[in-house]
Amino acid sequence: MLLKNSYLVFKKDLSSELRTRYVINSLLMFVLVTISIIRFAIGDEKADNEILTGLLWIAVFFTSVSGLSRTFVKEEEKETSVALKLSTGSDSVILGKLIFNMVLTFSLNALILFLFVIITDYQIKNLPGFLIVLVFGNLGLVSASTIIAAIISKANSKGTLYPVLSFPVLLPLLITVINATKLASLGVETDKLFGEIQILISYFIVVTVASLMLFKYVWED
Amino acid sequence: MNKIFTSLVFLIISGVIVLGLALPIPNIPALGDKARVLYFHVPMSWISVLAFFMSMWYSIRYLKTKDHDYDIRSYSCAQLGFLFCILATATGSLWAKFSWGSFWNWDPRQTSIFILLLIYGAYFALRSAIDSEDQRAKLSSVYAIIAAVTVPFFVFIMPRIVESLHPDPIINTQGKINMDSSMLTVFISALTGFTMLYLWMLNLKIRVEKINYNKLSLND
Repeated sequence: MLLKNSYLVFKKDLSSELRTRYVINSLLMFVLVTISIIRFAIGDEKADNEILTGLLWIAVFFTSVSGLSRTFVKEEEKETSVALKLSTGSDSVILGKLIFNMVLTFSLNALILFLFVIITDYQIKNLPGFLIVLVFGNLGLVSASTIIAAIISKANSKGTLYPVLSFPVLLPLLITVINATKLASLGVETDKLFGEIQILISYFIVVTVASLMLFKYVWED
Repeated sequence: MNKIFTSLVFLIISGVIVLGLALPIPNIPALGDKARVLYFHVPMSWISVLAFFMSMWYSIRYLKTKDHDYDIRSYSCAQLGFLFCILATATGSLWAKFSWGSFWNWDPRQTSIFILLLIYGAYFALRSAIDSEDQRAKLSSVYAIIAAVTVPFFVFIMPRIVESLHPDPIINTQGKINMDSSMLTVFISALTGFTMLYLWMLNLKIRVEKINYNKLSLND
């Protein structure tokens, strides 16, 4: 029942997104602009992997910060949150939004990585390890960003508040994932990255459980 | 009772300040007289962490009971914690200037206190961005809890990135505290004295915030 309702919330978000292009268009342009800025900032210089990984994560972080808050802010701006509250429980709302944000983030990150590799000539020596780290890093990033998006959707000055609130919460994740992707891109084997992957998984689990428990206080008036 | 408490706080802290500066200090390699900062720096850091978790605890209580009293307590803890956090950062970086040669060099310990400052800052930014009393209490409680569950990750992450130069491995070798008895006495009194000072300030702060809150609800 819970899973079915979450799936319905996800489907509703997806079809409304595909119909109105509320975030997708601006996010695609945002990715393009960010990558171009990186390209022009580097110029013709040959940057090494340590710097390139940092730049990649700047692009990923700011893209998710500008995109992931929309799911909840949209409900408040279009005043559809009351209808959603009436239709289903808070658990299915947060799960559905989590799934939607995951789909959004994974597709955006695939695009960012693709463009980034093409434009900056970024060499990834251990590609499977890199992708595993990226996937688990994204899971944690999405679950922390989603609950903070729910918090700020009720506050004023949402746009500036979002990076301010999410940065300290995301920092443990970001430090780990930047470090691990850098190591993977330099060719460190996957089993040496196991410690980092463990931290990423436990971060994801802890934050997801906390958001499932706390979301009803944010959502219900 | 309150009078006895405040005079005790006053006595202990004056004693710590005088004895901490006057008593001879055992010879600790590479620290010497600079080790005296520990009488002030360690209590400040301890209180900023204590206040952070007390704030989280009152946030949980608030969400469970919806009693505004707990929100006032949580907010007061956060405000005092922020003050002590700034003091811990300042004393720490003064010490770092004379021991490591620069005020700030992103040692893991400095990074963690920087994050604590950021969290406190974000919490106040969130509170000032919400108009309704109930919403503010609810949302900031949720944020405090979310922040508190992610902070422990630094315990696991920090040692992986870079080795710390923070002197607790020097003073505190293999879990045994390497201080002589006079130093230990001053240190323990400093911890007790400053914690008592924090509790006394917290009590005052909570009373002031309650008066403010009641005044606001009278105006409505």
